[in-house]
Parts: sequence; C-alpha cells; structure tokens
Amino acid sequence: MKVRFWGTRGSIPVSITAKDVRAKIAAALRAARDSASEEGTLGDDAGIERFIDGLGFALSGTYGGHSSCVEIETGNEDAGNEHLLCDMGSGVRAFGESMMKRYGPARQQTYHVFMSHVHWDHIMGFPYFMPVYIPGNRIVIHGCHAELEHAFKRQQAVPSFPVDFSLLGSNIEFDVIAPGETRSVAGVTVSTLKQRHSGDSYGWRFEGAGKSVVYSTDSEHRLENAEETKVFVDFFRNADLVIFDAMYSLADAISVKADWGHSSNILGVELCQMAGVRRLCMFHHEPAYDDGRIDNVLAETRRFEEITRSGSALEVLSAWDGLEIAV
Amino acid sequence: MEFQSSQIKAVTVVVARGRIDHRQAQAFQDGMAPYIAACKEGGSPLLLDFSGVDYISSVGLRSLMLVARTVGAQMGKIAIAAVQPAVREVLQISRFHLVLKIHDTVDAGIAALGAEA
Repeated sequence: MKVRFWGTRGSIPVSITAKDVRAKIAAALRAARDSASEEGTLGDDAGIERFIDGLGFALSGTYGGHSSCVEIETGNEDAGNEHLLCDMGSGVRAFGESMMKRYGPARQQTYHVFMSHVHWDHIMGFPYFMPVYIPGNRIVIHGCHAELEHAFKRQQAVPSFPVDFSLLGSNIEFDVIAPGETRSVAGVTVSTLKQRHSGDSYGWRFEGAGKSVVYSTDSEHRLENAEETKVFVDFFRNADLVIFDAMYSLADAISVKADWGHSSNILGVELCQMAGVRRLCMFHHEPAYDDGRIDNVLAETRRFEEITRSGSALEVLSAWDGLEIAV
Repeated sequence: MEFQSSQIKAVTVVVARGRIDHRQAQAFQDGMAPYIAACKEGGSPLLLDFSGVDYISSVGLRSLMLVARTVGAQMGKIAIAAVQPAVREVLQISRFHLVLKIHDTVDAGIAALGAEA
C-alpha cells in the first residue's frame, strides 16, 4: 500500500503568504552566506540540492494548506481502475487534476471515497474534483452519516454553487454504512469506528496484503474513559500507519478547546503506543500554525515518544500536502 | 500515590510521590482534594513539589488541569516546583507550562507564591 496526502490542514485551507516566502528566502540566503566559505557547497547543482536538504523542511518546503484528502493506493494490480480516497477537502482538486493528467477523459475510473464526516472542510473540494464532471466515471461515496447525500447535494445547490448536483456527468453513488459493517473494495477490507466529534465522525481502517492503515481524523479522545480507550486501541491495533488528528496541544484540547472535537499529539502517541502501532502520522494541522511551528510540534512529539517508550519505537511523522508513505 | 504536606511561610507545600499515570490519576486527584478545598482567595497558596513524580500520562495531566482549574475558579494560587527533567519536558510538550507556573526549586516557588500571598 501507499498513502499519498493531498490535503492535511484542519478546519479551513490556508496558504503561506508573500511575507512567509520572503522570510524563507532570506533565511536560506543567510545560511548560504554562512556556508560560502565551505569549499564546493554551492558549486554545482548537486551541491545546491544538498544545501537545500540541509535547510530543513520548514524552510526548504511547506506543510501545505489544503484541507483533508488522503489517497490510499492499494498496490493491488487486480484493483484496476479503482481508487481509494479519504475525505474530499480542498486537496481533492489537485488529486483530480493528477487523475485527469494520468487517465484523461476517455479512460473511465472508479473513485471510492470514505468520508470521516460531512463538515464543510471535508466536502468542499468535491465541486472542483474534475472526474465528477466526466461521463463514465463512477464515484462511490461511502460514509456512516444518514445525511451523506444531502450534504453533497446541498453544497452544490444555488446559491452556494453554480452547477447543480443533477448536472454532474459522472455516475455518483452514496453508500451509507452502518457502524461495525465492513466493505471489501479493490482487494482491501474497510472497517469503521464512530468517533467523538460534533455530529459524529468515523475512523476508517484499511487492510490488505498483510498491511493496515487507519485514518482517524476529527476525533476527540478521553483517555480517562478506559472502556472508550480500549475500543480505539483495538481499532488501531498493530496498524502499520495511523493518520491521527493532532490539531491541538493537550493543554488546549482538554481546557479551552474541550468538546471542539479534536485531539493532540500526546494522545496520538499514547494511543499508538498502547496499540503497538508502527507509524503515527500527525494530521489535520491547526490552520494558525506556520511551517516552523508544525516542525516544532513534530520534534517535540518525537521526543515525547522517546521519553514514554516502553517497547518498540513508534515512528512519528507529520503529514504535508504531497507526502507519500510506503506502507 | 503518596502525599506529604507542610506549611512553609505562607505557602502550603505538598510533596507528591509516584507515577501519575492512567491508574493513579484519580488517586492523585483524590489526594489533592483537601488541599484544593483550602486553596481559596486570601488563603494559603499551594505549591506542588513534584521532585518525587517520575512520570505523568495524559490522564494524569488532565487531573492536574482539573486541580489547576478548580483552584483558579476559587481565586486561589497554585504552582509546581522541582519537576524532574523528563516530566518537565512532558509539561512543556503538552503546553502545561502555559497553564501552571513551574519553578525550578521549592524555595523559588515558596518565594514567588509567598510574595503574591
């Protein structure tokens, strides 16, 4: 399996500003000036690439700002033209473009979308997902909310959008799944778990070819509730990768932002450690955080994992738009 | 969890010992209850000596948050002191240093809280 992130930001898309870009360039140039005395540092293209790598991701790159959209590439050759996605935040626009480039309008594809919930930041990319306009494409929207279809149709209706849902060219199906039910899609078994969030949200677990990926966003946890914790630990159990809502600090998540429906890096590490997870990828980044701050949270979370480790190490990552993880 | 208290100058110093983990968090909260009840506006400030606490989990941090919030609602004053390095790092990573004042030593905590009392 391969997991590809198209949108990783929580609540609302964001973009770095001209001021941010200028600050990154200035910092990079200062670093270049400081290293100028080292022979050959910037002497050729390879040297420049090495120098850029040495700047660190917060300076040489960006975590990006699209809202939630994650692709699960099954690696199953029998899956053919079937694609798996989690959520349709603003990141799905770029995913749709990449699909159009790869397949064009003539090669019909099937897109299975697994919805955590239907809050705006998780559906807003749908009207800009080009494959929905192409006749012959099949879009299957899986979710556990009874109002799944209504949410997508309402977003598409006037006065919110000029192209009504009924005018979309593709074949769009809605698959409302009862919590606890499973689906077998493109050779992958998909199960779901209800999570604490306003209006409820659902986590998804994908299992195939001996690998497992959990997508658990927009989920608030109460570890003081042992029964509830056990349910999540079982859902995460031995996963190769858990994509986890780590939007807030723990202090915020249990005080001023309690009941806002999100979690923290600390709880992500603790739950994954309890469940014997191999890799934790922090997701749904706070829109107010810049690249430097997300980088700091990642470094601190890795340190927290180290401090609290009792068994095997848990690898900790932080998602960014464009990140690919081979599972 | 073990607790020991003493009155130093105007400050009530409570020494907590053990791990404040998922199992002990409630014991920590219960053990703190009488000290919290007494920590009100105009009352004796409370200093938690954490030199004997070698681990705190998220549930323990939640208990600590409840302690701090209860005292705050009562207009009392509370701080922590002498925190072991690893626990201090956890407090920093979880942003609890923005919730509770952390002093390097018990003496520094007493001096600061005593001056405020």
